[in-house]
Amino acid sequence: MSITQKQKKEVTIRFAGDSGDGIQLTGSQFTSTTALSGNDLSTFPDYPAEIRAPAGTVAGVSGFQIHFGSKAIHTPGDMCDVLVVMNAAALKANLKFLKSGGIIIANIDGFGKKDLSLAKYAPDETPIEDAKASGYIVIEIDVTKMTRQSLKDTGLPVKAIDRSKNMFVLGVLYWLFSRPLDSTIQFLKRKFAKKPEIAEANIKALNDGFTYAIATEIFSERYSVDAAPIEKGTYRNITGNDAIVLGIAAVAKKSKIPVFLGSYPITPASEILQGLSGLKHFGVTTFQAEDEIAAIGSAIGASFGGSLGMTTSSGPGVALKSEAIGLATMLELPLVIVNVQRAGPSTGLPTKTEQSDLLQAYYGRAGESPVAVLSASSPADCFEVTYEACRIAVEHMIPVMLLTDGYIANGAEPWKLPEIGGLKPIDPRYVKPKDNGQDAPPFLPYKRDDNLVRPWAVPGSKGLEHRIGGLEKDHETGNISYDPDNHHLMTEMREQKRDLIANFIPAQKIDEGNDKGKLLVVGWGSTYGSLKSAVTDTREEGLDVSLIHLRYLNPFPKNLGNILGSFDKVLVPEINRGQLSRILRDKYLLPIESFNRVRGTPFTVTELKDKITEMCAD
Amino acid sequence: MSTQKTVNGSKTNGNLQAKDFASDQEVRWCPGCGDYTILKQVQTLMPKMGVDPENIVFVAGIGCSSRFPYYMNTFGMHGIHGRAPTIATGLKVSRPDLSVWVVTGDGDALSIGGNHIIHLLRRNLDINVLLFNNEIYGLTKGQYSPTSPQGLVTKTSPEGSVDNPFNPLSLAIGANGSFIARTMDRDPKHLQKLLERTWQHKGTSFLEIYQNCIVFNDNAFGPYTDKSMRDSTSLYLEDSEPLLFGKDEAFGIRMDGCRPEIVDLNSGKWSKDDLWIHDEKDRNKAWLLTSLFDDNTQAGKLPRPFGVFYAEERPSYEQLVQDQISASFERYGEGNLEDLLTGEETWTVK
Repeated sequence: MSITQKQKKEVTIRFAGDSGDGIQLTGSQFTSTTALSGNDLSTFPDYPAEIRAPAGTVAGVSGFQIHFGSKAIHTPGDMCDVLVVMNAAALKANLKFLKSGGIIIANIDGFGKKDLSLAKYAPDETPIEDAKASGYIVIEIDVTKMTRQSLKDTGLPVKAIDRSKNMFVLGVLYWLFSRPLDSTIQFLKRKFAKKPEIAEANIKALNDGFTYAIATEIFSERYSVDAAPIEKGTYRNITGNDAIVLGIAAVAKKSKIPVFLGSYPITPASEILQGLSGLKHFGVTTFQAEDEIAAIGSAIGASFGGSLGMTTSSGPGVALKSEAIGLATMLELPLVIVNVQRAGPSTGLPTKTEQSDLLQAYYGRAGESPVAVLSASSPADCFEVTYEACRIAVEHMIPVMLLTDGYIANGAEPWKLPEIGGLKPIDPRYVKPKDNGQDAPPFLPYKRDDNLVRPWAVPGSKGLEHRIGGLEKDHETGNISYDPDNHHLMTEMREQKRDLIANFIPAQKIDEGNDKGKLLVVGWGSTYGSLKSAVTDTREEGLDVSLIHLRYLNPFPKNLGNILGSFDKVLVPEINRGQLSRILRDKYLLPIESFNRVRGTPFTVTELKDKITEMCAD
Repeated sequence: MSTQKTVNGSKTNGNLQAKDFASDQEVRWCPGCGDYTILKQVQTLMPKMGVDPENIVFVAGIGCSSRFPYYMNTFGMHGIHGRAPTIATGLKVSRPDLSVWVVTGDGDALSIGGNHIIHLLRRNLDINVLLFNNEIYGLTKGQYSPTSPQGLVTKTSPEGSVDNPFNPLSLAIGANGSFIARTMDRDPKHLQKLLERTWQHKGTSFLEIYQNCIVFNDNAFGPYTDKSMRDSTSLYLEDSEPLLFGKDEAFGIRMDGCRPEIVDLNSGKWSKDDLWIHDEKDRNKAWLLTSLFDDNTQAGKLPRPFGVFYAEERPSYEQLVQDQISASFERYGEGNLEDLLTGEETWTVK
């Protein structure tokens, strides 16, 4: 039988199996090799919600999706072309993600009577036969048997041998997509440097998987995906949470301001605290607090002491911090609050994504409590946005809320390493100590500069002793003031100070399309990938549609109103019930249309394209 | 043990006086409030510490006591209800060079901020906590607090409070506090002495101060502070000294197994040699001492102790953090940002 070699522009593969099957490792190895082959790509892990669900059940299925191509790739892909399943539960949980006529690579050893029952298939069901009947191409491999066969001479116990099953499967996939094995071989040698026999076993399983695919002619087609036209530079793969860690380290190094992170573990934000706890030699101190309130309280205390105080959490944790954010607004100290959003309210869907904390970020505090709000659009974007959030907090003496979400926190994409020299300087408003002689004028802790920013007078500075607090303060001395006009003035000043940040952020750019026309799509946060794909695709189909994607949510870039007014229609797709759309309608009095889904998952490009097409039709 | 602490290695301000630590703000507590005495005694202590005013920070939450920072001519923060320990923790971890004080009340520290005070105590940051206990909510004008005795009639307990109160010092030692002490506003000399000890202790110092709220809970501590009664109701602790109380120290406390009992030294049956000798470093004895918490206006009840119950030297949290930071620099050198950003695996597009 001859094998046809086919060129593909883009491919999506989904790996699925039991938590113990090494799915995430298989996925990340395929990702590295794909990146080294020059493809553009985007990935997303799909962890089970339970920590250790019973083996073989649907609840215990772990997944990893990679979308790669010879063109620009913006999302991990809606539906996959190839579904790799290690057992029956994996098939049951993931068949819905496979395109019709797609390929299933199934480990048939995971489809025994017991596996079918654990996956809650009826006793008379034959899922593999059913899949074939439904038009899927099913490649059946007894991976367990083949791996044991491959490694029978290693002398390793069967349990250890079975742990190499994932490498056998990876070998098969490397053949199918014409990929070299060396990057994974190098990785295995590094990972198991202290256990060379395990490294050798895994390498053999990988090689034998590759050879098995050739020898058995189980595939009639083999694919190749050319390198994508990617901007020159050095790249690495990065998740959103890791990019935030690096962004904070960059702030500490570049600004020389000590960074203090007070945080309490919460899904999906904990990786930031974990990552920073190992970076003490970068000038970052971490404090795992007793609760969310203590976390932000400690950050405020550190900011008072002259550090940049930060706290990281998710929606329910941010709710607990709201009183302290109000305090920081009154104190006018730098503070960065990272909210890695998840589906809510309450505990909601902790491992699933949503963009439903924008109104909380805007308004979720007692009184008039203006803070700045920024959002990240992709895993790699988290680096630059984190840096910006810190810059604004320090230079404008204000709490800054940075919104990301579970999707970009855990998702990964290639990141072009930044030029360190190109990072903007960060200029703190520290005041120099002064000699407080008898006739010296008193220090005025709330005397503002042209941008309404007050000085940062830290303990230890002679002559600058002062008291601040949550009570309303006199507009210059900072002493307690119950004067009605003073409260009105201070309330306005705090808001104006936030609004004046607009003079220090870039103008909004058109991301895709023209600066006027029929339909403008406006996005923010993690929907960027799907919006970009949907707008690019529909423009190729000839529709008059453009895209802007907002990073600065409060204040908005100054030219935003003009852009919005230059289109016949404006569409705001969000993973919530319509939050940015409300704010834009309120601020610009335009008939803005919302498109909303809250399923804990990103938009599919298809549903966005349908909506765009519908809106361009009339 | 060194009894002198210096900040930044500077020991100055020999010329400063108590009044130099008073801010220009008008003090606004009710006339006759116990807080005035405490403020005066704290301001008296300040010049003795030899710490420059700019290196001292008073942090407070919400409540009558929490206005304290406004009246000190040092750095200060009036925070939010119950959260002063969290603010002070972040400040002290990031600025171990500062002398950090937390001023709090029974509602602030033991009710809304209960979670933070116990964690501060177990971590043992070098922070001085002054707990003004008046067994009532004063700022909100007279509701029962977590230290109000059962049966106290207040605005929210017209038939008497049914809440079982906290014993603050048992809570503190239970939370593994390293310095546990009690004093009262009506005995300024003892208050001054205990403030000095509070400041001298390296680690979290927890000083409970019985403070009279003249408006909403007047004379709550009368049995201990009233000169006519306190001989028989109060026990003044001195390290390495026997537990003596009563007029002319006629009574003592001895251990009957592990049960403290009152003995009459004039009975001829007992001498000072039979008594419980106070040992500030003995944690088990301190446990027992904090539990002397009866309503001792009743005859035959054990007196209530004042003084230092427990003082233990152990590393402070911020010191352990600083040690790890130093070790990290020693091990890895100054962090290299370029290496960090590059990570373990990269590829180059040409």
